[in-house]
Amino acid sequence: MTHAALHAAATLTPTMHTTGAFSFTWLLVVIPLTSATVLLLGGRRTNSWGHLLGVAAPVASFVLGLILFAQLIGKPASERSFDNHLFSWTFVGNFKAPANFQIDPLSISFVLLITGVGSLIHVYSVGYMAHDPGRRRFFAYMNLFVSAMLLLVLADNYLALYVGWEGVGLASYLLIGFWYHKPSARTAATKAFVVNRVGDFGLSLAVMLMFATFGSFTFTNVFGAAGSADHATMTAIGLLLLLGACAKSAQVPLQSWLGDAMEGPTPVSALIHAATMVTAGVYLVARSAPIFNVTPTARLAVTVVGAVTLLFGAIIGCAKDDIKKALAASTMSQIGYMMLAVGLGPAGYAFGIAHLLTHGFFKAGLFLGAGSVMHGMNDEVDMRRFGGLGKYMPWTFATFGLGYLAIIGFPGLSGWFTKDAIIEAAYHKGGTSGYLLGSAALVGVVLTAYYMTRVMLMTFFGEKRWAEDAHPHESPEVMKWPMVILAIGSVGLGYLLVLGSRFADFLAPVVGKAEDTAFKPIGLVGILTFVVMLAGIGVAYLQYGRRRVPAVAPVAGPLVVAARHDLLGDAFNESVFMRPGQYLTRLLVFFDYRGIDGFVNGFAAFIGGTSSRFRRVQTGFVRSYALSMFGGAVVLVAALLLVRG
Amino acid sequence: MSPTFYLYLSAILFTIGTLGVLLRRNAIVVFMCIELMLNATNLALVTFSRINGTLDGQVMAFFVMVVAAAEVVVGLAIIVSVFRTRRSASVDDANLLKY
Repeated sequence: MTHAALHAAATLTPTMHTTGAFSFTWLLVVIPLTSATVLLLGGRRTNSWGHLLGVAAPVASFVLGLILFAQLIGKPASERSFDNHLFSWTFVGNFKAPANFQIDPLSISFVLLITGVGSLIHVYSVGYMAHDPGRRRFFAYMNLFVSAMLLLVLADNYLALYVGWEGVGLASYLLIGFWYHKPSARTAATKAFVVNRVGDFGLSLAVMLMFATFGSFTFTNVFGAAGSADHATMTAIGLLLLLGACAKSAQVPLQSWLGDAMEGPTPVSALIHAATMVTAGVYLVARSAPIFNVTPTARLAVTVVGAVTLLFGAIIGCAKDDIKKALAASTMSQIGYMMLAVGLGPAGYAFGIAHLLTHGFFKAGLFLGAGSVMHGMNDEVDMRRFGGLGKYMPWTFATFGLGYLAIIGFPGLSGWFTKDAIIEAAYHKGGTSGYLLGSAALVGVVLTAYYMTRVMLMTFFGEKRWAEDAHPHESPEVMKWPMVILAIGSVGLGYLLVLGSRFADFLAPVVGKAEDTAFKPIGLVGILTFVVMLAGIGVAYLQYGRRRVPAVAPVAGPLVVAARHDLLGDAFNESVFMRPGQYLTRLLVFFDYRGIDGFVNGFAAFIGGTSSRFRRVQTGFVRSYALSMFGGAVVLVAALLLVRG
Repeated sequence: MSPTFYLYLSAILFTIGTLGVLLRRNAIVVFMCIELMLNATNLALVTFSRINGTLDGQVMAFFVMVVAAAEVVVGLAIIVSVFRTRRSASVDDANLLKY
């Protein structure tokens, strides 16, 4: 399919005016926002029932989302886009910013993921945060996050999307630093915020460039004009959008914040830093499909970022002993897969989003499982202090195990469908780049199988390496059932989405569709994937299943040491950005003090010094004044005579 | 007798007055020297009036006399007042108002 045709396919869908249920789209955003406002303003008075309201809000949004989804499915494919116009935000000259919400197949998929998985995690948090004095505040921030994330995906223009984008950044900051009494949590929150500013800068520049080029930021107008716009401009917009996506989705080179973000409570890691917020970058690229369709350069950049990150994250994941940081590295890696997929263009959008949805389920499940383990082990996160927990936490073990099988792409589970599809699509791209990208994805499979097997073996198998006061126990019902439901999703979602290219057809009106989206797992690539996955499991088993796991991390080679330190991401940032930045600042401060202040102060001192010298003329002797008057008079007369003569 | 001689006299008187103001320390003498300068000016004005055949210079001289009379009143009062407080009429002693 040519670019023009694709572009036409992506914009042909006429936007319907809202009728019936769709005029309530705004409630999706407003319900959790109201709840957050009540909880934050209500203060201590709402402590006793705050968590119930906090759970009710996303559940209500989820129910509304289901109703909208059912309505949307009932329409013919070409009419599945509804605009919910609320009010005019700002109108100044050409600058028009309407507050509109848009329901279409892409946004409804995200709405269901955010509110569905979000509701489960909220329910889980009731148990997980039961003994935390700040539970009400926690739910307020979580609701705020859900609201902002829904605004992000429901916006029908880039400006409103940007508001949501900043909103989720704020919620992420607040929740990473939720235990603000810990210095490490405060630092991690600040770090996440600062790194995200870099990306936000890119996104805001992209939005400004769009306005400068098209005079509008609504999706309809921008995408409608994207095909005929200047190629270089479109590439610039695409790359700036990618910069924004990199920060939000923790992609190389802006990946360093995600590992530290695990300082937040585990449900936060599950919802924000695994299932939803960090996938906003993938959403941004998929949503901007008509822009990326016309600029192969930007698409190539997206795929490269994705491929590099998927290996980068996987390598880090192999060396981490902190269970949450291992999962965080895995998240980074999996989002790398999604980026790779959406960078492939129409061949990959649907697969990328499908992997995003299944990942939302199994990674949220894995994080909740990790939280459950920590809950039973006095908040221990070091996997070297776990071991043999399978017997003591059967439900956690089972649900975590299903999530594990899903993420490594075990045949039949959801991760298999979506990840295999991405690898196939990468190879299908053809040429050297396709071969390289596909091979990177394949290496990622080995590493994923290795590090996830490592996590499984170190946590649930082997002998006990617990601290003396540890008494592991299964988590309460309220935490158990969300894990069970997520595990069911991890198993079944793949069939639902990928078989019969159901999801690709569903998304086609938004992102366009390649001719060949049928799922064929039993090809050469499929078998190869399966084999390398088994190899990864095997190596991990030999290393961590057959041998004893030392309770203290052993001395290791340079690569492992580097991986333990996030592949020196922090060191890189420090030496390349922080130190030169500090030197530059010092230089500017020096220039400010010595240059600008020096000139101003020096001039003042000169005037002051001269004046105090001249002051001596005022002797107080009347006769000297008389002499100067006389002198003045003589000069005046002389001047008069000169002028006249 | 040429009126020019009056002008020479006027210039000599003015110079004497000026030198007195600049050189003498006693306030009374300085004051008298100022009067001398004013009267030298008056003499010059009257002489110019005579030379030009108009009355303008003479009218001007009256004005100067009125101003001088007023000035004498104020100036002498100040000198007396200064002398009462400082027991001295030297202009160099009254030098507190300075840098």
